[in-house]
Amino acid sequence: MELPILNREQTPAGGCSKSACGTTTDQMTHLPEAIREKVHNHPCYSEEAHHHYARMHVAVAPACNIQCHYCNRKYDCANESRPGVVSELLSPTQAAKKVLAVASQIPQMTVLGVAGPGDPLANPERTFETFEEIAAKAPDIKLCLSTNGLNLPDNVDRIAALNVDHVTITINCVDPEVGAEIYPWIFWNNRRIRGAKGAKILIRQQQKGLEMLVERGILVKVNSVMIPGVNDAHLKEVSKIVKQKGAFLHNVMPLIAEAEHGTFYGVMGQRSPTASDLQALQDDCSGDMNMMRHCRQCRADAVGLLGEDRGQEFTMDKIEHMEIDFEAAMVKRKQVHDGIEAMRAERKTAQETAQETAPEAILPQGCRPALLAVASKGSGLVNEHFGHAREFLIYEASPAEVRFMGARKVPAYCTGAMECGDGETALDVILDTLSDCEGVISAKVGIDPWAQLEAAGIQPYGEYAMEPIEDAVRAVYGEMIKSGRLESTDAMISQAG
Amino acid sequence: MSLSITSECINCWACAPVCPSTAILVSPEGLFSIGATACTECDGAHADPQCASICPVEGAILDAAGAPINPPGSLTGIPPEKLQAAREEIAAR
Repeated sequence: MELPILNREQTPAGGCSKSACGTTTDQMTHLPEAIREKVHNHPCYSEEAHHHYARMHVAVAPACNIQCHYCNRKYDCANESRPGVVSELLSPTQAAKKVLAVASQIPQMTVLGVAGPGDPLANPERTFETFEEIAAKAPDIKLCLSTNGLNLPDNVDRIAALNVDHVTITINCVDPEVGAEIYPWIFWNNRRIRGAKGAKILIRQQQKGLEMLVERGILVKVNSVMIPGVNDAHLKEVSKIVKQKGAFLHNVMPLIAEAEHGTFYGVMGQRSPTASDLQALQDDCSGDMNMMRHCRQCRADAVGLLGEDRGQEFTMDKIEHMEIDFEAAMVKRKQVHDGIEAMRAERKTAQETAQETAPEAILPQGCRPALLAVASKGSGLVNEHFGHAREFLIYEASPAEVRFMGARKVPAYCTGAMECGDGETALDVILDTLSDCEGVISAKVGIDPWAQLEAAGIQPYGEYAMEPIEDAVRAVYGEMIKSGRLESTDAMISQAG
Repeated sequence: MSLSITSECINCWACAPVCPSTAILVSPEGLFSIGATACTECDGAHADPQCASICPVEGAILDAAGAPINPPGSLTGIPPEKLQAAREEIAAR
């Protein structure tokens, strides 16, 4: 199945295609209706949906059949957010109970994924039993799984039979020599197989599994971990090949490697990519492939909107004491989903109307693009206080369009009176994280951080509270142009040259 | 003759389904051990003991003589002295 490229290559600055002018690039516009339908309320597959809908992972799959150099199976910490980490292993029955509890407490939860902490298909019975229980009890929940691919070909038919229509395969390489640097061993045909020989088998299984899923009309997202000096240069090739084989979306994620995680890369001092390294590679790949930029690299037991983790509200001992009227919850879920859809439709119409009625030349051409950071806690609105933001959404504004570039995590500047002493260092980290941004848009900003942001060349904007994010970004970009902050593209090019 | 599991085990379940003798035992607390009478060390069934071939933790599975089948550094590729140095560096922070 040949899918069109969604994230177009960067629009030449100053150019303005009529369809995109003044609007956010709509990831979904170019897709066949059947696929749009499938991803419409899936927060991990649709960038726009991730503002509105939540997901959850249940940790039913502890065993793994390969070793990756970025993973350490020993680690378990509730305060840490990275894939492969969980606090509580669940049986399929416990998992189903947890899903129903979350479905009633967080009605915007539409997707259940099994993503570990090991590999779901190294635990096929536990994984599929979980899916069966949930499909029977809560048929409005989409089922999803994320795998290293080693056992994928053997399980494709069962995946299809259970209507699991979103599968993520982590593919870090298509070359066994590169693979040998990432995977020290795999367990295959009753042997531990090391080095390039093991990687070759893994790659073969991943590619075969991808093809088999695509043949069955199952949407496949490919995750790749970007490891500087190991596979960063190679990932463009990976992107091209998985697209050729029919993957729908490519998610290049930065390596997380700290010595305290006890991983090979962490202990050996392998560096992680910077936000701009990652962005450059994503831009490089986007000529060939639709790129995901809103991934938060969540835990295998994460609960909530992508930027938040409410897992601690749904531990098994808390669930035991919850009274759940699931029939009432199903009615509420329907209402909430209808409400979200009505809001999305309204916003879309408003955008289209604005596009039709506004004169095209509202933004003068020839201005260079600018990066702007936004504080949001969901619904696609500027609705988070600067001091409370745990992440900033980064947008690139240009005369032609507003593009979402990714989310960057930060320590909260203001975490309440108890920890205010840490405010200064947290602000330093935020200033550093947003150093390439020219403005930050939030619901509110305190006087102190305001002054420091200004001093750091990041203009705070506090007057767009509760506005849709894209509208606010566009308006701020317009203000920047008017105030003369943006020199012309020509000047930019001659500087860069 | 039997293999055994040490307290290094992280209870990841990988060994249980691959054991041809169903010798892997799980306590009500979720802790793993090997039933000494059931364990055959996979003799006659597989070339390598299966639990030790999938186990991700160095030192977690011992052979009949009590020696680790996967010694330090053999699975992660991290040289033991490097791991030790990293631990000391973290402790000193």
